[in-house]
Amino acid sequence: MFGSIDPLLLLASLMVAATPIVFAAIGELVVERAGVLNLGVEGMMITGAVCGFIVAVQTGSPLLGFAGAAVGGAALSLLFAALTQYLLSNQVATGLALTLFGLGLASLLGQGWVGIRAPSVPDLPLGPLRDIPVLGPVLFRHDPMVYLGLLVCLGVWWFLNRTRGGLILRAVGDNHDAAHALGYRVVRVRVLAILFGGAMAGLGGAYLSLVRVPTWTDGITAGAGWIALAIVVFASWRPGRLVIGAYLFGGVAQLQLNLQAAGVRVPVEILSMSPYIATILVLVLLSAGRAPGCLGRSFHAAR
Amino acid sequence: MKRRTLLISGAGTAFAAALGSPLRAQEPIKVGFVYVGPIGDGGWTYQHNEGRLALEEHFGDQVETIYQESVPEGPDAERVLTQMALQGADIIFTTSFGYMEATNNVAAQFPDVKFEHATGYMRNTPNVATYDARFYEGRAVIGTIAGHMTQTNKIGYIGSFPIPEVIQGINSSFLHARKVNPDVEMVVVWAYTWIDPAKEADAAKALLEQGVDVILQHTDSTAPQAAAAEAGNVYTFGQASDMAAFKPTPRIASIIDNWAPYYIERIQALMDGTWESTHTWGGIGDGEVEIGEITDAVPAEVKAEAEQMIADIASGAYHPFTGPINKQDGTPWLAEGEVATDEQLVSMDFYVEGMTGEIPN
Amino acid sequence: MLRLEKRPQPSRAWAWATPVLAVVLTMIAGGLLFAALGKDPVEAIRTIFWDPLFGQYASYSRPQLLVKAGPLILIAIGLSLGFRAGIWNIGAEGQYIVGALCAAAVGLAFYPSEARWVIFPLMIVAGALGGLLWAMIPGLLKVRFGTNEILVSLMLVYVAENVQSWMALGPLRNPEGMGFPGSRNLAQYPAAANPELIAGTGMHWGVVAALLAVIAAYVLLSRHLLGFHIRLTGESPRAAAFSGVNPGALILICMGASGALAGLAGMFEITGPSGRVSIDFNVGYGFTAIIVAFLGRLHPVGILLAGLLLALTYIGGEVASLTLRLPVAAIQLFQGMLLFFLLAVDVLTNYRVRRAREGTA
Repeated sequence: MFGSIDPLLLLASLMVAATPIVFAAIGELVVERAGVLNLGVEGMMITGAVCGFIVAVQTGSPLLGFAGAAVGGAALSLLFAALTQYLLSNQVATGLALTLFGLGLASLLGQGWVGIRAPSVPDLPLGPLRDIPVLGPVLFRHDPMVYLGLLVCLGVWWFLNRTRGGLILRAVGDNHDAAHALGYRVVRVRVLAILFGGAMAGLGGAYLSLVRVPTWTDGITAGAGWIALAIVVFASWRPGRLVIGAYLFGGVAQLQLNLQAAGVRVPVEILSMSPYIATILVLVLLSAGRAPGCLGRSFHAAR
Repeated sequence: MKRRTLLISGAGTAFAAALGSPLRAQEPIKVGFVYVGPIGDGGWTYQHNEGRLALEEHFGDQVETIYQESVPEGPDAERVLTQMALQGADIIFTTSFGYMEATNNVAAQFPDVKFEHATGYMRNTPNVATYDARFYEGRAVIGTIAGHMTQTNKIGYIGSFPIPEVIQGINSSFLHARKVNPDVEMVVVWAYTWIDPAKEADAAKALLEQGVDVILQHTDSTAPQAAAAEAGNVYTFGQASDMAAFKPTPRIASIIDNWAPYYIERIQALMDGTWESTHTWGGIGDGEVEIGEITDAVPAEVKAEAEQMIADIASGAYHPFTGPINKQDGTPWLAEGEVATDEQLVSMDFYVEGMTGEIPN
Repeated sequence: MLRLEKRPQPSRAWAWATPVLAVVLTMIAGGLLFAALGKDPVEAIRTIFWDPLFGQYASYSRPQLLVKAGPLILIAIGLSLGFRAGIWNIGAEGQYIVGALCAAAVGLAFYPSEARWVIFPLMIVAGALGGLLWAMIPGLLKVRFGTNEILVSLMLVYVAENVQSWMALGPLRNPEGMGFPGSRNLAQYPAAANPELIAGTGMHWGVVAALLAVIAAYVLLSRHLLGFHIRLTGESPRAAAFSGVNPGALILICMGASGALAGLAGMFEITGPSGRVSIDFNVGYGFTAIIVAFLGRLHPVGILLAGLLLALTYIGGEVASLTLRLPVAAIQLFQGMLLFFLLAVDVLTNYRVRRAREGTA
C-alpha cells in the first residue's frame, strides 16, 4: 500500500521539514539540561522568525537574517532569564507569559512586512557529493541551515558529554544545591543556557520565515514551538535521540500527507497523536527518561 | 473551525426587506468589520481588510470604519459584535462562517444596525444579509491553465476542509483541466487548516513526490509556492491574495478575493436607503473574484483562452458547471446543456466523474 | 550589589502591595508602548482598565467579565491545589477539552430528548469525570512510575486536541451541518444548554461553579486537614511524610481535583458561551488559568481577583482596539507585560532586597 511513496524522497523532505524543530528543540534541550523549563519556545521562535525576516529583507542577506533571528530570540529569552533567575519567578508561568508576549511582539513588528519575499537561501555547494546516485539528492542538496542544525546537535552532544562545561551544566541541572556548594555559578550557567535556547529557537523560527515559507505571515510558527518541547522529552534529553525524535514527529506529519497524496485513506488524527503517546511511553519505559533533577525549580543561594 | 463558507441561498428572501430611511448625509456611516485572523495573514483577513480600506478610499469622510482582528469564533465574537453595535456602528461585516450564530444573535438585539455575514446562510432577522463569492468561477479559469501547463498530466490540489466551497473548487478546476487535457489526473491532499505554512509546505512536497507539476491550493500561505520554486519546473497559482512575490514563476496566475466592490455597493445602498436583507453570491462578473496577472510563463494562446473564459463567465455566457457532468460513481448529475443551480452547488458533497480518491468525512 | 534574602515568612503587606505595584508598572510601560504607536497613552489605559467597568457601556461589559473570568477561575482554583503541594498539572487545557467532549457526547446522545433534569446533570457528571480521568493518567503514571507530571500532562494536551478534531470531524459532527466539521449547537438544545441564569448578569452555571470552587478551596485550605497536608507537602515534603501524609494519594487527589474542575469548566463552556464542539473550540483557557493561578498567588481569593483582572484586560483590550484602533498585537504585548510585572514583583513578597557588601555573595 505504500508502493507509490518513495522513502528516499520522503527522507529528503523530512530533513528540511524537521529543521525548524531540530533547532528549537536542541536549544530547549540545553536549557532543560541546566534545570530550567522554558515553555516560551513558541514565542521565541516567532520573534526570531520576524527579526530574521526583517533583517534579511533589509540587508538582502539571509546570513545576516539568521544572525538577527538568533539575536532576537536570545533577547527575548533574556527577559525569561531575568525573571526566573534573578527575580525567581515561576518558570511555567513565566514561559507561558513569554509565549503570549512573543506572539504579540512578532505580530507588531511584522506589520507592514506582509507579501514580501525573503532573499533566497542557496543550497550548500557540496560539489561532487550532490551527484552521488540516490544519496546525492537525498542528503546533499539542501541549504546550509539543514546541516547547521545537525552540526549543532553534534556540538551539543560533544559539549554535554565531553567537556568540563557540559559537566558543570549537567551538574547544575541535576542538583543545583550541590553544584553551588562546589562553587559553580548556578545562575550564570542557567542564564547562558537560556540565551542559547533563545538563539536556537530564533534560528528555527527564521528557517520558517526565510526558507520554508519564505514570506512573513502572522502566526507563521503555528505551534512548532510546542512540538519542539515534546521532542525534547521524547529524546529523553539526549541530542542524538532528539534528531531521531524530530524526524519521527516531522515524519508522521509528512507521512500523513504523503499517504493521502498516494491515495491511501488514513485516520489523520490517530496518526497525528501517535508521537505524543509514544513520548509518554518513552517517559514511562526508559529509566534513562528521567528528567534533570532540578527541572523547573528555582534556585536561590541561601548561603 | 477557523472561518467561513457554505451558503444556502434558499428561501431567505422570504423576509420582507426592511427599507431603512436614508441616513442624514452629514454624519459619517460607521462601518464595523470583524476579522477571524490577523490582518497580517496575507490571505483571507488581509483581503477583507483591503476591502475596508477601499471603502475609506471611495467614500472618504462619509464613512468611518472600525475593526477587530483575530476574534475567535464563539462567545468572543458575540461580545465583540455587541461592543461594536454599542459603539454606534451602523453596519457590521462579519467575515467568517463561524460567526453565523453570533451575528444572528446580536442582530436580533440591535434591529437598527445592519449585519452582513460572509459565507453564511442564516438570516433570521430583516437586518441580516449574507454574501459570498463564486470562487469556483476563478477555479475554472486556473484549471484550464493548469490543464495546459502540466507535463506530467498530474495536478495537485491542497484542500483545506472537505466542505462544499472547497469541493466546488476541486470539481471546477478538474473539469476544466480535463476539458483541455483528457489525460489529466488530480491528486488532492487535505491539510485541515486554512493557513499553516509548515503544513502547507509539507503538503506541497507530498504532491511533488507523486509527480505533480502544477499545484492548486485552497489554503492561504505562500509556503506551497516556495516549495514549488525550490523544486523547479512546477507551476502554482496565488490564492486569496495575488502572491505577486512569486511572479513570474512558479506563480503563473492567481485567484484573488476582492471584496471591495461588494462593500462599496452595500454602503452605497445603506446611504440611499435601499439596503435589504439579501444573499449575494458575486463572481467574476461582479469583480468579487479576480484572476491576477497571467504571467509570460503561460503561452500566449493559453492565456488568450483563459481570458476568453474570464470574459464569457463575466458576461454570463458560460457557467463552469454546465452539463453533461456525471458524478464520480458514473451517475448522471447534469444533463447536456443543463446548468447547476445555486442550491446544487452549495450542497456539493461529491466529486465529479474522473476524479480519484474519496472525500473524507 | 543588591542581594536577595529569603524572608522567614512571606510578607503579608507585600503580598497585597505587589499586584498593585505591578499594575502601576504595567500602566507606565504600556503607556510608553501605546505612545510609541502614536496613541494617547492616558486614553488607552483608561479605555482598558476603566471603560469596561464604569464607561458608557459598562452595563454590558461588566457581566461579560464574569463570562470570561468564570472558566479561568474554575480551572485555576483546581490547579492551585496541586501547585501548592508541588504537583504540576500543566495539562488543564487537555482536561478541559476532554471534559467538554464527554459532556457533549452525553448530551448529543440524548438529542432531541427534552428531559433536562436528567440530561443536564448527567452532562455535568460526564464533564467532571472526563477531566478527572484525563488528569489521572499523569497522576497514576507519576505515582506508579515516577514520570514527570509536567511533561505527561503537556503531552496529553496534544493528544486531547487530536481527539477533539477527530470528534468534530467524525462521531460528534452535526448530521445536518452540510459537511462542516462541528457538532450541533448545544446552547440551542434546551435540555443541554447552560444559559444566562438571570438576564443581563452574565451569571451562568459555570460562573456559579467557579464561585463555589473559590469558597470550597478557601475552606479546604484554611480549615481542613487535607488543606493542611497540601500546604505542608508544598513547604516541606519531608515534614509532610513524617506527619503521615501519603504522597501518592495526595498526588492523585490534587491531579483529580484539578482535572475535574477543568473538565467542568469545559462542560459549562461547551453548553453555554462556546456552544458547539468544533475542531478548535478550546481557546487556551487551560493555559491562561495557569497564569491566573500564579497571579492570584495560589490563594483562592487572589485567584478570583486575578481571573477578573485578566478578563478585564481582554475585554478592555477589545474596546481599546475598537475605539482607538490599537492593533490586537499591542494588546497581547500589553497583557504579556502585565504578567511579567506581576511575576517579577512577587519576589518582594518572599525575599528582602539587601545591599550586599563585596565578597559576601
